[in-house]
This record gives sequence, structure tokens and C-alpha cells, in this order.
Amino acid sequence: MPDQPTPMLQARGVTKYFPGTIALDDVDIDLFGGEVHALLGENGAGKSTLIKCLTGAYRRDEGTITLEGEPVSPASTAESLSLGIGTVYQEVNLLPNLTVAENLFLGRQPTRFGMLSRKKMVNLARKTLAEFGLDIDPAEPLTSYSVAVRQVVAIARAAEMSGKVLILDEPTASLDREEVQLLFSVIRKLRDRGLAIIFITHFLDQVFEISDRATVLRNGQNVGMRRLAEVTQKDIVTLMLGRQLEERIHVRSGGTAGELLVSADTLSKRGMIEPFSLDIHKSEVVGLAGLLGSGRTETANLLFGAVQSDHGDVKVKGKKIRLSNPRDAISHGFALCPEDRKTEGIVGELSVRDNIILALQARQGWSRPLSRSKINEIAEHYVEALDIRLASLDMPIRLLSGGNQQKALLARWLATDPDFLILDEPTRGIDVGAHSEIISLIEDLRDKGMALLVASSEMEELVAYSTRVIVLKDREQACELTGDDITTANIVHAITDETLERPSNART
Amino acid sequence: MPGPNSSVLKRILPQLVILGVVLLLNFIVFPDFFRIEFKNGRLFGSLIDVLNRGAPTALLCVGMTLVIATKGIDLSVGAVMAIAGATAASLVVEGHGWFTALLGALAVGGLCGLWNGVLVAVIRIQPIVATLVLMVAGRGIAQLITEGTILTFNNEGLVRLGAGTVAGIPTPIVIWVALGALATFVIRRTALGLLIEAIGVNETSSRLTGINSRVILICVYVMSGLCAALAGVIVAADIKGADANNAGLWLELDAILAVVIGGNSLLGGRFSIVASLLGALIIQSVNSVILLSGMPPEFNLVIKALLILAILVIQSPKIGHLVYMFRAASGGRNIASPTRPAASPLVPNKDK
Repeated sequence: MPDQPTPMLQARGVTKYFPGTIALDDVDIDLFGGEVHALLGENGAGKSTLIKCLTGAYRRDEGTITLEGEPVSPASTAESLSLGIGTVYQEVNLLPNLTVAENLFLGRQPTRFGMLSRKKMVNLARKTLAEFGLDIDPAEPLTSYSVAVRQVVAIARAAEMSGKVLILDEPTASLDREEVQLLFSVIRKLRDRGLAIIFITHFLDQVFEISDRATVLRNGQNVGMRRLAEVTQKDIVTLMLGRQLEERIHVRSGGTAGELLVSADTLSKRGMIEPFSLDIHKSEVVGLAGLLGSGRTETANLLFGAVQSDHGDVKVKGKKIRLSNPRDAISHGFALCPEDRKTEGIVGELSVRDNIILALQARQGWSRPLSRSKINEIAEHYVEALDIRLASLDMPIRLLSGGNQQKALLARWLATDPDFLILDEPTRGIDVGAHSEIISLIEDLRDKGMALLVASSEMEELVAYSTRVIVLKDREQACELTGDDITTANIVHAITDETLERPSNART
Repeated sequence: MPGPNSSVLKRILPQLVILGVVLLLNFIVFPDFFRIEFKNGRLFGSLIDVLNRGAPTALLCVGMTLVIATKGIDLSVGAVMAIAGATAASLVVEGHGWFTALLGALAVGGLCGLWNGVLVAVIRIQPIVATLVLMVAGRGIAQLITEGTILTFNNEGLVRLGAGTVAGIPTPIVIWVALGALATFVIRRTALGLLIEAIGVNETSSRLTGINSRVILICVYVMSGLCAALAGVIVAADIKGADANNAGLWLELDAILAVVIGGNSLLGGRFSIVASLLGALIIQSVNSVILLSGMPPEFNLVIKALLILAILVIQSPKIGHLVYMFRAASGGRNIASPTRPAASPLVPNKDK
């Protein structure tokens, strides 16, 4: 991609402060028309913040942004869209119960004699989608199509409305291989139309396949821009992680497992997860790896009784237990920190103190309230032990940062003194400091004899603390790694290996 | 750190101030408002009337507060009052004692609550729709019990519940104060309050935390049914008859309003029964102002609506914020700019 005289979009010195941290520190980025530009970095590196500053979702504190040489300062995403900058987020924000055509033209429906013209809209939609190689009926509701098709519809909508810059935030996260190719053909078409495209993803293969250049962020700083034809994946990973990764990998300490605690026997739920069997011992961390939608969360929920299994059973110390709801699980010393902290974890309006003692109080029952002094003792103990940063125990938990919320949720379960702790994405969306604290807490708990099951999309993390790693793929167990076999390379290999032997009855 | 008592006072302060203002209005239009006399072994006076007439709404709003704290609503309480009143009346007409009649009415009210609770907690119908069923059907059921007439009775024991006195204080006042105190005590001395609030804020999280949300939700609706039954018996006893069509008519709306004036969010979560009870008294005091001022009765509902609108507007956070901004603007130019890191501990997630 030869440099052109004026970039389509140019950002200089973009800086964004959040209370207590600098989310973006003097970031520059240049985008040219007709290029796909990858934006890379670990979780928390500042990718989303940069995007939000570019699209006006956040107000930047310093820096300039120019669009085709003209300085712009969009105050909202709607304004940036009208300037020509469109964004498609990972969670497709379309209206699933409307038709494809309505989604495509919502807010700018074609009219005829001042009235909405459904026919015109459907025809126009069909034409638009055909340009993207999509042959579907636009009069059907969006729900009748797969995530990939919805993703393309979202991109088509954004591309039609913006026309200059298109930002794709992890568009391939939940797509399978063929669907990714469909998406890429769309992206190439848009690139050839002259759009400048920002592509955010965690999949490096895809970066090299589709992108021309890549900008890497780390801890809110731009640590380098590379022409992808000139570098290898390893170069990019090194840029992304700095030296952190190597250090982290070297401290791998799987620990040795104790006696058998929990075992699941051909547990399954139709449409969610294929039958799986799993033994978890004391003093061990079993890691669950796999892509989004591979069945990690489903496994965790099934083992906690949050979702009822329709086959198989669970034994604790060899004894079969009833597991029809979370209370059954809790009564056997199970605990679960769910993936979606906000909707399934915290009770936002209640105080941090109430949130911490909630599980313990729920187990004791309503008629046996914890005394005020006991409540304060527990809350204060965990605030100190887990280093939860807060202004007061009385503040609503929703005001805490992600990392501190997660620690408070861990405290909630640790207060019940569980034997078996299930953590679903324990480090998602939290800052670097809290991240490493939670990892060392996991190792601590393991060494003290607790059995842990940790589902995570962060492979380095799993490698660091897991005694065993189970790799899930397409809602079933693909393989189990133990000992020295636990490496990121092996996990990736297991996830991507298409030739893996599968039982013939395994279908999703 | 403020003790529990000072924080309770802080919580109910707005309601106390509003109640004070409305009572003062009463005093202005009727200078004898605060005069209380003791005649024939009973307290008399306009203030006593307010407390007495407010009893049905006060009783309803105890249950309603709990239901609303779970992010629910109970539209059926007015109809349940009619059913309970009809049940009690028909029982005494058949020759049963007043205590049997009261227990029968409470049982029927509890059953109505159980029905609502099962629809909401087990079958998972939205509370507003689930309780609408009984709101509509309830008056029909009450009419079936009274066989379409206003069922009058003359059982002394039952009448005393509505028109009698305890140590000179009208019985309805004693009943609602006692029930309010009991409910507050039970809820705050056990963990029930916390669990109810947790369910109201985030039911999914609560369930995953091991709270038996189904049982607690059912209990809350049963409690609301029991409160409604008690209110229904008092209203029937007061007029010595069960009027299936008019007993408790629209009272569910007054109860909801009392809860809202009490500063409880319709979105569930933190609640205060005491504040709701003050809300009920505020509504009754507003009624009293209109009556005592001698306005033509056709103005009553409009004036009531305006007064209540004023109360709600004054209480709204938006107005509070405007007042704050106004003060800040007149106090100095330095209003917090949106980009300046605020003193609040709010730290947004910086990345996914």
C-alpha cells in the first residue's frame, strides 16, 4: 500500500484520562483510503478507548483528529457517522426482530410520495446486499439469519452510511472459518471502494490475511506501526506483549493435584454442550480453553446448576448430588464467578459490603441474619486481603472499576469458604494491576487445597496457573493437555486442528 | 460514620418535610386542625381523622413497598380488599364469629397473594400483567360472594375493627401502626430486607448467589395480599357492609403513589416502609386539605393531582440536580466540566 499524500483519517497526540489512569497516552495513527489497518493490543491496551475517541463516543482530553485534511471533533457517534466514520461493534447492534431491509435502512427509509415504500426498500436492500455477495431475502426478519450474515448486514449499513472510514471492532470473534471468509470478501470489496478500514481482532492469522498495516497499542501507548508484509507474527506478538509474556510463562507452576473432589459424568445439555466428563481434584486448577462459543461458559453453568443438564450426573467425593439450581451447588461448597459481571454478578445498586456478604447470607437463610459486626469484619477482611480499592464500603458496587468489582465478587464467594470455585473469564475487562493480583490469588487458592475450574480466553494466563487444560471446540471437549504439554502453542493447535478425531455422534 | 438512626432520619427527611408542609396547609385552611378532644372514651379531631382515614392506604402500602422493592407491582390489592371484605361479611352473616371472619378474610387474601406470586415467580408473567388478572377478576369474585348485593352485617366484634377504639385510639390506626412497625422490625432484624433488595436490583445475580428468589417473591406477594385483606376488612367493618363494586376502588393507585412519594424506586432495590407510610399520610392529608378548604367537590381530584404532581416534581432527582447547578452557577464560575476527572470514585472500564 503506497502512501498517499493526505491520509483519510489522521490522529495526532490523542490522550484520554480516566480517574487514576491514562487510558491513551499521546497516540498517533494514520489511515489511508483503500487500506485495511489492523489495531492490535492486549485487553486493556486502549484499543476500544482509541476507537471511542475517534468516533466521538468519548471526548478526548488532548490531540487532534483530521478527516481528509480537515480537523474534526465529533461529539457523538451520530455526528461522526454523518462525517463519514462508521463503526461496527462485536455485539451487533441491530434490531433482531425487524427485517434485514429495515435494519439496513432504519432512520433513512426510502420514501415514495412521502410514504415509506416497503417494496422500494426491499429491492434496494437486495441490491445492496448483492454487492456484498450476500443472496438473502431482505424481507425476512434478521433473526432468521446467522451471526455472520447479521455482521455483514451491520457492516453494509455502516459502510452505506459512512463512506470514508469504517471501524470493525472484533467482527470475527464469533464466526467460524467459512463465515470469516465471507466477511473478508466484504471487507476487500469495501477497501477497493476506497474506504479506510480499521480492523480490530485477537486473531493474528486474520490480521496477516486481510490487513496491510498494523498499529500496536500497549498500556495506552502506540508502540509501533508495521507494514505486515515486512514482519512476522512473532514480531507483532513481541510488540504487543513487550517482555511481560516471557516472564509470565516462566513462572508456570501447575501444582500437584490432591484427592478427587468433583466429577462430572457425561453431563450435557442439548443445544448448549455435548456430553462431557470431567474430574477435578483438590489443589488443582483445571483450565478451560476455547474460542468464544466453544462451550466454556456452558460447562461452567452446567456444573454450578445455573443451567439444568438434561443428561449425566455430578458426584462430589464419589457421591452423586442433586444439581437442579445454584443453591444445590452452593450447599456442596461450589461457587461461581460468572462471565458477565454486570448482569450476572454484581447487584449494582447495593453497597460493596452487602455484595460481599450476599452469598454467605443467602446460604444462612433469611431468618439468621449476620450481625452487623460480623458483616463489617468479613467485608473489611476481604477489602484488605484482596486489596479492593474503594472510597467506602457503603458505596454502590456499580461505581467500582471492573477489577475491583471482580475482586468483590471473589470476596463474596471466598466468604462462603468454598471447596470448588468456578471462575468464568475472571480477568476480562480489568486493569493490568488487578489482573496479576487475581492470577496470584488463583495460584494461592490452589496451593491452599481448593479445587478450581477456570474458563478463560487468555491462553497465557491458563498456561501460567493450570494443572490441566481442557480445550473445548464446537461445544465439546477437543483434548486435554497436562504437564509440559500445556503451552499456548498446543492450545492454539488444539483449537485450530481440523483433523482431530471425533466421535461420529458429535454434532452441534 | 453515621449511626443507623441518623441514616434512617436522613432517608425519611423529605417525606417528613412534605408532610409538615401539607399539615400546615391544613392548619391554614382550618385553624382547628390540630385540636384533639377526648370525648366518650375516644379521641376526636381532624388529625385523628387523617390517621384513621389513611388506614387502608397505609396498610396496602406496607405490602406494596415490598412488592415494588422486588421490581414488581401489585395492581390487584383494591380488588383483593373487596374479596376479603365480602368474605368477612358473608362469614358473619352466616353466623360465624368476628375472629373466624377475620381469619377467613386473611386466608382468602393470602391465597390471592399466592396466586399473584405463582404467576410472577413460577410462571414468570410480568407483575403488572399478572396482577392485572386479579384486579379485573377480583371484583367479579367479590360479587359472587356477596351475590350481587351490598352485604350488610351487624356483628359487633367485626364492626369494632373498623369503628371501635383501643385505649381511646381508633382501631384502624392501631392496626396500621402495629403492622407497619411489625413489618419493619421483621424485615430489618432478619436478612429479608437485604435479600428482597438484591432480587429487586438484579434477580439473575441474586439467583446465582444462592438466593431463593422464587420463594421470596411468592412471600412478598402473599404479604401484599394479607395487607390488602386487612384493609378490606377494616373498610367493610367501617361501613358495616361489603360493597363488592366500590370497596377499595382505585386504592391500588393510592398505594403505589404512597410508595413513590415515600421515595422508593419503581425499579426496585432499596426501600423504606416507614417512608411509604409517611407517603400514605401525605396523600390523606392532601385529601383533608381539599375537604377542609371547602372547595366544591368537583375540584377535588384535579387539585389532588396537582398537589401530588408538585410533590413528585420537587422530589425528582432532575430538579435536585438543577437546584444544585443553579447554586454552583451563582456561587462561582467553576462548574465541573464533563472532562475533568470528577471527585467521584467512578472509574470506567478502559477497555473490553
